[in-house]
Amino acid sequence: MKNKGNVFSLIPYYAWIILFVIAPIILVGYYSLLDLDGHFTLMNYKQFFTSVYLQMTLSSFWYAFLITFFTLLISYPTAYLITKLKHKQLWLILIIIPSWINLLLKTYAFIGIFGNKGPINSFFNWIGLGDQQILFTSFSFVFVSVYIFIPFMILPIYNSLDKLNPALMDAAKDLGASRLTTFRRVIIPLTADGIKAGIQAVFIPALSLFMITRLIAGNKVITLGTAIEQQFLVTQNWGMGSTIAVFLIIVMFIIMFLTGSKEKGEARNGKTK
Amino acid sequence: MEKLSKTSKLYLTFVMVVLYAPIFFLIFYSFNSGGSMTNFKSFTLTHYKAIFEDDRLMVILINTIIVALLSALLSTVIGTLGAIGIKSIRNRKFRNTILSMNNVLIVSPDVIIGASFLILFTMVGIKLGFLSVLLAHIAFSIPIVVIMVLPKLNEMSNSLIDAAKDLGASKRDILTRVILPYIKPGIFAGFFMALTYSLDDFAVTFFVTGNGFSTLSVEIYSMARAGVSLTINALSGLVFFVTIILVLGYHFLTLRKTKGVRN
Amino acid sequence: MKSMVRITIGILAVCGILFYIAHALNQSSGASGKKILTVYNWGEYIDPSLLKKFEKETGIHVIYETFDSNEAMMTKIEQGGTNYDIAIPSEYTIEQMKEKDLLLPIDHNKIMNLQNIDEDFLDLPFDKKNKYSIPYFWGTVGIVYNPKLLGKGYDFDNWNDLWDPSLKGKVVLVDSAREVMGVGLNSMGKSLNSTDSKELSAATDKLIKMAPNVKAIIGDEVTQLMINEDAAVALTWSGQAADMMFENEDLTYAVPSAGSNLWFDNMVIPRTSKNLDGAHKFINFMLNPENAAQNADYVGYSTPNKAAMKLLDPEVISDERYYPSKETRKNLHVYKNLGLEKIGEYNEYFLKFKMAIR
Repeated sequence: MKNKGNVFSLIPYYAWIILFVIAPIILVGYYSLLDLDGHFTLMNYKQFFTSVYLQMTLSSFWYAFLITFFTLLISYPTAYLITKLKHKQLWLILIIIPSWINLLLKTYAFIGIFGNKGPINSFFNWIGLGDQQILFTSFSFVFVSVYIFIPFMILPIYNSLDKLNPALMDAAKDLGASRLTTFRRVIIPLTADGIKAGIQAVFIPALSLFMITRLIAGNKVITLGTAIEQQFLVTQNWGMGSTIAVFLIIVMFIIMFLTGSKEKGEARNGKTK
Repeated sequence: MEKLSKTSKLYLTFVMVVLYAPIFFLIFYSFNSGGSMTNFKSFTLTHYKAIFEDDRLMVILINTIIVALLSALLSTVIGTLGAIGIKSIRNRKFRNTILSMNNVLIVSPDVIIGASFLILFTMVGIKLGFLSVLLAHIAFSIPIVVIMVLPKLNEMSNSLIDAAKDLGASKRDILTRVILPYIKPGIFAGFFMALTYSLDDFAVTFFVTGNGFSTLSVEIYSMARAGVSLTINALSGLVFFVTIILVLGYHFLTLRKTKGVRN
Repeated sequence: MKSMVRITIGILAVCGILFYIAHALNQSSGASGKKILTVYNWGEYIDPSLLKKFEKETGIHVIYETFDSNEAMMTKIEQGGTNYDIAIPSEYTIEQMKEKDLLLPIDHNKIMNLQNIDEDFLDLPFDKKNKYSIPYFWGTVGIVYNPKLLGKGYDFDNWNDLWDPSLKGKVVLVDSAREVMGVGLNSMGKSLNSTDSKELSAATDKLIKMAPNVKAIIGDEVTQLMINEDAAVALTWSGQAADMMFENEDLTYAVPSAGSNLWFDNMVIPRTSKNLDGAHKFINFMLNPENAAQNADYVGYSTPNKAAMKLLDPEVISDERYYPSKETRKNLHVYKNLGLEKIGEYNEYFLKFKMAIR
């Protein structure tokens, strides 16, 4: 592809980057250097590195990792099976539709479902397990987060699986590869781009999840997103909130560069096979 | 088409059941004559009747749909073109920088996006209301479109374009006849995700809206303190059924059409 | 490509039709050409039929917008770009808004119905002489509990009951620093407006001892949990407690006698107002006894309107849980604006406590 022809088509995109990405970054960076009275200070950064925030950062990453992992674990087989179905596009849309119902409402529904009198506990009682505390545990937090992110993972994986040439798999089989080997050596590398897109669409937002931390985890899980939210809305300390945001953005840049450098190798894999 | 095994079918059913469980829970309680999503008292349709008596709620629903459709459409156009542009960047470092920029809005918590957009809009002098909400929704949906479209572009081999060029295709033709059809699934994925983003957003919309313009999310979140009314459940149920009917209707219509063509 | 063009046209057509419908709906509700009054309030916090009545009486068209937190609302008013004529913030926010010069003074000559308000709720420290705000609803912070789920006969007359080991994993707290720190401070006989870091630190240490009892720290969802009997004890506001008790008759509400918080939601006129006359008319309208009674009946919170109270169900009015006696109210204190720095400190301590409950 030559660059020239695309110059005009890129104008709106670059305009978007300048207006809605760079401008806010500058704004957030500026606020992160202000204290409560609006004076310039580096205190926010100092506080960030000395306080509970580091602990929070670690737990944020841990949970984002867990959420991404389980979302992938559930989404990959689902996407794979959907490509095998007769009306696959219909099924795909049926996967997306639940995400159009308001999130707060669905979360309220989950509170009801997981509650002591909810269907899950009724079932546990019925099989003789007795009442279990499901709400306000890290399990329920991860579960609901995975629930939210499933469509974001399934779509890109489905797209990369769908175009997979069945002849390739037959070839692998003919060459004596076991199912597992075929999956590991042929299917996974060929869908790597889709998986990566899915991980980007899940891991990054999972870092800044909020609301669910309160509604489903009862504040027993505190993420960076929650901390920023609190700083902006409750403490009204925009400086500190911005500082945490700057940190999140920097981490995201680092992750992008780390995964970005691998990109070439994977792409080559995909093409030569 | 190979047949799915029993376990596969069971697995898919399980995933679907989990995905729809909270929605059926919501709809179940929309028929509750009691006032909340607990203690089902008796069956009633009053909450459904209430929807149609409330003009304000209807206008809010319509606003929500318009903003979602338009912002998804426009962000898909901009995002797709952007993704094609990113793909054509040769310098890897620059491309990675642009890609990281792309993801900034995804990683930023909504309050920050909302607050900074609010400052931006008031600085530029855009009147808060429909236009500012639409612009904001387009803005935060673009990155997800790019993320959904890029893998399809990466997958496409350059030889395809080279072949088209050799056959004398113009740049426009290459775009509309070679690239776009190939990445179509990615574009649709981006569109649907943008739709999801827009329908779900509360915080950003809250900050950039004004002058009487409101969306369903803003309305629902602000009800939390005094209790979300079951009318909202009924409304969601209604929207859900209409969506399902539209999707199924469209599906079987196109199915019949393609069958007809084959015959 | 063709299909994409078709879909694009389809979407645009649908939007066009929807635009037309929305326009028609707005027209039929009389949005055009008339004077407009924009009201900014919490969701479900007014009887919508009162808005219609107001429109009929005055010919002013009301635009009703909603917010979900005091702070977010204040940010919007501060930033401008909107023209809200009426807002209904809580008392501590009113103090902040006054400081930031975001409010316009209210002309009492235009509010004839002000006489209906109980004097006890006027001229309070957060707004002396009610220069900027008129009471809308009020209430307390207390403990809602379900005796059915608790073994012993608790009455929660004492904050220290919350530390009782038998309540292990049963207490739900509200996700708000002032309220939770207030419990710690009040339980030690200290003021909930304390600015003494030593007292705050001691209160936090005491709260951390309560950690095993804490089931969760959440927000408005507590209503659903208590009704569902998912939780047995919750720290909450009286308004929400009323909602819960309405749905689940086993529940009851108590304000510990040692003292607690008294809160207000007041009507104010933001600086951004474009219809001052209409705003005054609206406030006066809401203070009309009949309207105030109707509103209190719909929302279920306590009204400060003594004329309206006469029109309400006597059973509700005499219920100490909704309308505590003067005696009880003596120990209730309104939050003072402690300044952002102290609020930050409260939140740091609260965060420390939160980290202890996992």
